Amino acid sequence: MQGVAEGVHADGQRSLERTATLMAIGTLAGLFSGLFGVGGGIVIVPLLVLWLGYDERAATATSLAAIIFIAGFGAATQGLYGNVNVLDAILVGLPAIGGVLLGTWLQQRVPTRSISLLFAAVLVASAVELVLR
Amino acid sequence: MIGAIVIGLLAGVLAGMLGVGGGVLFVPGLVLLLGLSQHEAEATSLLAIIPVAIVGSVRQDRYGNVRRADALTLGVLSVAGAAGGVVLANALSGSVLRDGFAIFMLLVAAQLVRRVRRERDPASAAGSGGD
Repeated sequence: MQGVAEGVHADGQRSLERTATLMAIGTLAGLFSGLFGVGGGIVIVPLLVLWLGYDERAATATSLAAIIFIAGFGAATQGLYGNVNVLDAILVGLPAIGGVLLGTWLQQRVPTRSISLLFAAVLVASAVELVLR
Repeated sequence: MIGAIVIGLLAGVLAGMLGVGGGVLFVPGLVLLLGLSQHEAEATSLLAIIPVAIVGSVRQDRYGNVRRADALTLGVLSVAGAAGGVVLANALSGSVLRDGFAIFMLLVAAQLVRRVRRERDPASAAGSGGD
């Protein structure tokens, strides 16, 4: 009986720790997401792997689902500042769905290594362009 | 209008292929091609990310990859951080925010290069990104 009680207590403790860890990841990702206008997967995925022992696939998928909330909270707050351009968001966001489906399909069929490197170069060039313009 | 659609399509294809987030492409696209301010671009990117994340996570959930309880807890408990990040962004000037974003882009570029090098070395596993 005592053993059962201890087991329940230990389970409660573990789930509390897990919730605290998830809250820490959510807070860090939220700060990053709100600051830069991105989803925050670059913060969430490695922390789920590192702190909660996720494998890469589950971390990426779970991160994607959490981002719905994170981006939602961030967009709502930005809305209060009057910064959200709703029409542009729709014009960018809806075609992006088709783009992601096409990109995922392509990923299985073409070698992505050279595209990764080319894209990294485009990112560097855009970063320079952003700062210099 | 066509510019925005092109940004969305291209960013989506690259995100799907390379496993990077849409936001890292939405924001510079909105600034460089549509002439939005850094603050407007970031705010608009956050809204544009939502439909992509919904469709992506529904697909991933069908494969059983989403740990729903954790995703919900993480997502809901991010509210203070997300609001705080937006308040912080709006407290900063556009140029500081833009420089910070440029550094973030360089980090994503470095991560892509590192992943390519890691995939070349079969000893370790691949992949990252996810938003």
